[in-house]
Amino acid sequence: MTMTVLAEKQIIESGPSLHQRLAARGFDAVTLLVIPAFALLALLFVYPFAYGLILSFEPKAGSAWSNYQRFFTDPYLYTTIWKTLLLSVPVTVLNLVVSLPVAFRVRLMYRQRLLTTILVVPITLGTVLIAEGLLNYLGPQGWFNRTLIAVGLIDHPLRLVHNYWGVFASLLINGFPFTFLLVLSYVTGIDPALEQAAATLGANARQRFTSVFLPILMPGLAITFCLSFVQAFSVFPSAVLLGEPAGQTRVISIAAYQAAFEEYDYSMASAIAMIMGIVQLAIVLGMMATRGLFYRGPVAGTKG
Amino acid sequence: MIRDTSLSSKLWIRAVWIFVGFFILNLFAMIGSVVTSSFATRWLGTWFPAGWTTRWYSSAWSEFQLQDVLLVTFEVVGAVVVISGLLGVTAAYALARRDFAGKKIIMLVILLPLIVPPITFGIPLATVLYQTGFAGTFWGVVAANLVPTVPFVILVMIPFIEQIDPRLEAAARVFGANTFKLFVHVLMPLLLPGILAALLLVLVRTIAMFELTFLVAGPTSQTLVVALYYAVFAAGVRAVQSIDAMAVVYMVTTLVWLIIALRFVNPTQIVTRAKQQPAH
Amino acid sequence: MTIALQKFDELRLEQVRREFGGLNALKDVTLTVKRGEFIALLGPSGCGKSTTLNCIAGLLPVTGGSIWLDKRRIDTLRPEERGFGMVFQSYALFPHLTVKQNVGFGLKMRGVPKAEISRKVDEALALVRLTGQAQKLPGQLSGGQQQRVAIARAIVIEPPLVLMDEPLSNLDAKLRLEMRAEIRRIHNTLGATTIYVTHDQDEALSLADRIVVLKDGVIRQVGTPNELYEKPAHIDVADFMGFRNRIKGRVIRQAGASATLAVGGSEVTGIMRSSVQDGSEAYAAIRADDLMTGEPGQNAFAARIETIEYRGREFVGTARTSDGIDLVFRSDHAVALGANVHLRAAPERVLVFSEAM
Repeated sequence: MTMTVLAEKQIIESGPSLHQRLAARGFDAVTLLVIPAFALLALLFVYPFAYGLILSFEPKAGSAWSNYQRFFTDPYLYTTIWKTLLLSVPVTVLNLVVSLPVAFRVRLMYRQRLLTTILVVPITLGTVLIAEGLLNYLGPQGWFNRTLIAVGLIDHPLRLVHNYWGVFASLLINGFPFTFLLVLSYVTGIDPALEQAAATLGANARQRFTSVFLPILMPGLAITFCLSFVQAFSVFPSAVLLGEPAGQTRVISIAAYQAAFEEYDYSMASAIAMIMGIVQLAIVLGMMATRGLFYRGPVAGTKG
Repeated sequence: MIRDTSLSSKLWIRAVWIFVGFFILNLFAMIGSVVTSSFATRWLGTWFPAGWTTRWYSSAWSEFQLQDVLLVTFEVVGAVVVISGLLGVTAAYALARRDFAGKKIIMLVILLPLIVPPITFGIPLATVLYQTGFAGTFWGVVAANLVPTVPFVILVMIPFIEQIDPRLEAAARVFGANTFKLFVHVLMPLLLPGILAALLLVLVRTIAMFELTFLVAGPTSQTLVVALYYAVFAAGVRAVQSIDAMAVVYMVTTLVWLIIALRFVNPTQIVTRAKQQPAH
Repeated sequence: MTIALQKFDELRLEQVRREFGGLNALKDVTLTVKRGEFIALLGPSGCGKSTTLNCIAGLLPVTGGSIWLDKRRIDTLRPEERGFGMVFQSYALFPHLTVKQNVGFGLKMRGVPKAEISRKVDEALALVRLTGQAQKLPGQLSGGQQQRVAIARAIVIEPPLVLMDEPLSNLDAKLRLEMRAEIRRIHNTLGATTIYVTHDQDEALSLADRIVVLKDGVIRQVGTPNELYEKPAHIDVADFMGFRNRIKGRVIRQAGASATLAVGGSEVTGIMRSSVQDGSEAYAAIRADDLMTGEPGQNAFAARIETIEYRGREFVGTARTSDGIDLVFRSDHAVALGANVHLRAAPERVLVFSEAM
């Protein structure tokens, strides 16, 4: 510290002032405007994360790793990873697989905005309201089961709430619009002239999709998968309200919540939160690693 | 655009629209069943309720202390909007206009709260807030909500600021505007549409932000969505219709702001903000 | 040279119509293109020139009429079944493929064996003088190089017809001249048949064997560059061919091939390019080059100089008559601003058109 002060003094005495030198490297009064926001995030995001990480190694009892040991030896805890993946991976894949053809149709629509507006509604309403709505709608006396019985598809109401399928449905209703709108923004970002060029060069509809669109879209789809997966993996309110929080849909965030607010074991809760973060990171990194295989760069065409 | 007219592609198109129609139908039916239930006198084992009433709204209003909850909700949302606007716009301006050592690290710190799900960082954040005594207070809830909203404003605003020609600012300076005048007379009018859009999106997102508020709120600092969660969680204590009436109040609160927001922003902006990150 | 374009005799557009939302519509476009011709479709934006090209390529469906390649009707075929080569305004190079893969794309779609694709692509790249860039991605190339890739990609599939949609509009002025010569050279080397869309009359005049002038979805005139330049058949065509003075007046008499218009207080006589009737409104069109300062008398306008610019060998200025008509003229000597002069055009250099058809 004192070294730099001395050095700065010398600079002031000879040559351009410190002010000028810093400005030349991009530091001036304007740059300082970033400090309040950065300080806030450091205090409320970086610090708690670091604090949580350290806290997770300071368990109530036992050695530094005992929280993690407990997590991976207690089936009531470690199975939550599997249960969460069992929900989040199929939902994310389904959302992505369905979003792609729909986005390809919607891209040709003239009144896209009406559809996108409708699809934004469930995202805006959020998971709690969707859970409450689905409790009514998918319940044994709800309109969904009634319709199926009236049509004659089933004899007895399907059990669709307070189990895996209730949570699955809520993740679909929340996740599909999110995935779809992301995919749509990637699809519409591709210069339509590329498809026309491929067509004039003799590529039929399927070849245009596999040789032009898919390779260009792949990085975007990878990002979409990651964002959608991370959202689905952190499912919480609907797993409690619509699922079976003590059994089939005891997802990892429920375990973390219970550790923190029912057992008041913040150290254990932090450990579970860290594990949650690591699983998400692992899937995201795995997905991003495959991105290296694809083309990355502008998709809007190659103008000038 | 090339429109294919073969039979297989027509069938394919039909299948796609049937899916979209099915999705939207179920979405509306789900919302519809909540609204119907909230006006129902008794609704058991039939397609439609036996009779209609509005009394659940007044009972929900008093049972759930909706007046207080709504007041807290709007205070929290208002504080979050103002603070994230101030911090976000200024930081976005610095990041859009200057290139400096360490910018990438700062961008990473800004990006992470948007990618990491709230429940993941919410638990350590809540731990810290509980230990400092902020949890359960009004400002604790506001602070937790700022974590994703400040980065959101920054990421929406950066491309918006970048598209404003820096020479415009130089010109204003040449004509004698100081920094303050520059900001008020040149930048603000140009940035206003972007700021408005960003803040409306923050508003809608904060009303619906469940996880963070849930983890740090106390009895007096609950927002509407958290109160709704507790009501559904404790279902059986109150009449279903009363909870549904509260859900409708929540829906109306959210959707009104969504409709206002959609006058200024494109619906896709609500999800695709993460794409706006500048290329490194 | 083994790039041998498929042979055909003629492409016929028969009363091609496209009605869609007003703008860019086509109304009964009939045109025959012979093998080996370089045809330019010329017109202002929204005139239907790109629409015509897209209809030929199959990228837009026609709503009436038919398109024939010799005895084969093609307007019902999908674009991938027509086999025409097309160069796009934005080049539309596939950003994820190398130059070589871009050029080879069409051959790959046709299931051509790899070795042959490679040989033909090399040949096409040599033709557009891009040998050595084969492994680059389009993003690493300059605008001119991207343009060459786009051309190579269109010709390597040996199409009977090469379609070009304003291919030079994204290039700077110097490169544009260079690529213009390149396009003509490639056309001649291959003996190709090219349909070229442009809004730049210089480009059309210097490149094309025949020019088709379109306005509002209607063909105004088809002819060689010389015919269009010397004898525009329509006031809109004259506009495009550099008749910068477009003076509205009333026909007061006709004599043989010439007609005289009353324009404010003056009279102007010129050659009729379309039949006009006494008493009806008509236009006199004069090139700036043909309107010069001179003595008062026949075909002279009294005007006051508003601007004057030095252009190297001569001066070009604008002047306004007392009736408020703005004129563009040429002068071989300096004229003072504000001076009152007479601007004259020889009657054989003035064209008279009836009011828009």
